[in-house]
Amino acid sequence: MGWLHNRFEENFIITSVDWALNWARSSSIWPLTFGLACCAIEMMAAGASRFDLDRFGAGAFRATPRQSDLMIVAGTVTFKMASRIRRLYHQMPEPKYVMAMGACTVGGGPYVKYGYHVVKGVDLVVPVDVYIPGCPPRPESLIEGLMRLQDKMKQQTIARRPQQA
Amino acid sequence: MPDAPLTNSPDSLADVERVVPGELRTEEMLLNMGPQHPSTHGVLRLVLRTDGELVLEAVPHIGYLHRCAEKIGESVASFQFIPITDRLDYLAAMINNQGFSLAVEKLAGLEVPERARYIRVIMAELNRIASHLVSFGTYGLDMGAFTPFLYGFREREYILDLFEAACGARLTYSFITPGGVTQDLPDGFLDNLARFLDYFEPKIDEYNDLLSFNYIFIKRTAGVGVISPEDAIAYGLTGPCLRGSGVKWDLRRCMPYELYDRFDFEIPVGVAGGTDRIPREVVAGDSWSRYFVRMQEMKQSVRILRQCVQQLPAGEFRNKPKGILKLPPKEVYLEVEGARGQLGFLVVGDGKAVPRRVKIRGPSFCNLAITKHVCRQVLLADIAAILGSIDVVMGEVDR
Repeated sequence: MGWLHNRFEENFIITSVDWALNWARSSSIWPLTFGLACCAIEMMAAGASRFDLDRFGAGAFRATPRQSDLMIVAGTVTFKMASRIRRLYHQMPEPKYVMAMGACTVGGGPYVKYGYHVVKGVDLVVPVDVYIPGCPPRPESLIEGLMRLQDKMKQQTIARRPQQA
Repeated sequence: MPDAPLTNSPDSLADVERVVPGELRTEEMLLNMGPQHPSTHGVLRLVLRTDGELVLEAVPHIGYLHRCAEKIGESVASFQFIPITDRLDYLAAMINNQGFSLAVEKLAGLEVPERARYIRVIMAELNRIASHLVSFGTYGLDMGAFTPFLYGFREREYILDLFEAACGARLTYSFITPGGVTQDLPDGFLDNLARFLDYFEPKIDEYNDLLSFNYIFIKRTAGVGVISPEDAIAYGLTGPCLRGSGVKWDLRRCMPYELYDRFDFEIPVGVAGGTDRIPREVVAGDSWSRYFVRMQEMKQSVRILRQCVQQLPAGEFRNKPKGILKLPPKEVYLEVEGARGQLGFLVVGDGKAVPRRVKIRGPSFCNLAITKHVCRQVLLADIAAILGSIDVVMGEVDR
């Protein structure tokens, strides 16, 4: 995760830098506008008037992966789309996070049995940080997922990890 | 040197064509638009053959959201297929439920109580308004106006509250089911609905002032992507796209299916500009007409809803079939007027609960077919205007 990462021992300077970096990262998440299906409408609703994702610093939806650090996979992932998702994921700059929104991205959803063209979970394609169940999840669930992701981001450190014996 | 003096801003296509030929050496370029693009409304991919700013050809590629709906239809019992119909056109899920339920009822010969029919009409018209509000908001977003999006979603939340009170879901309702609806309207629903209608009706005029008659918006959309009535019929366009071209065809009026013959409403069509507040630049069948037909349709939906609130009778809300609903070995094809056009369901039974075949005619799929014809020799920025005015939902295109 960048040139800072994994270079220093853990000490009070590093943990203070950690705190500042994590605060900055977690309070200005820029998600990628990546609506695939029905969940995209709830994602839009979460960004619109009533729910206002901007309150949590995550309202700046970017249209390009190069400017975003969170990919909300909102909707059914099909085999035709899977390679594109992976490509978009690789185009995002580090540090990057993925949220699997909706039952389809968690594990196939209503298409798990007969959906011959549906990938049974987006975690088969890209690594997922937060899973949000629901079909589709309510905007409140999406916001809850976002807050869990912020918690996760606040645990990060740039300090060197102890070597495995 | 071009004989005509160069203007600072090429305003129309004619200006661009006057400058380009013979003066500059140009090269064609293939450009992929989508599947991840904010103005393709989902996962549509367009391959554009461009020459500078000019799009010579736009070929739509679909299939990024193929979710095997028809295969599921022939694998599960008919009432189990209702949740899958929700996810076809996810902006107007009630109308999808209604279409499939009507087809199954016609096949199995199920009677529907009158109250259930009224509830269905209420839900379908509310969902039409909700869908057109999203269309209005995102079209504004495509044209560079962010405010309509917020306003559109604000009103839509009121409708979703009504739906949530009725069936508990915000987006995928599964409320309308063969034989009626799953539950009766909750207490106070009609009062809330009447309050919403009183609140909402003046808002439509406000939005017309905000976006429809906005000078920049008119400049972006009027005269762009003109579809003649002949082309619209030949390509099988339906819904607001067809009516935007001036063809007065609405299934609710022309082949009434539920109770629509009892209601008094008009069919708005696209007309040439100059009269009745319609801007002079507007040509019948352009992007602005298609957009404006949706705005007017919301008003008509409000009218239908008011009549529903007055007429709603008491009685049963569902005629529940005894045991498993078996489908006789016949076939039924039925179309309803969805938010985007004619939504058709073909259901073939073979004496079992599971249909032998379910075929879905998605209006967005047929409407999308005209992109290749319309997006020819247009400016690159107009692609978003044309595509947004056709208003496709990819869940329905790919099914």
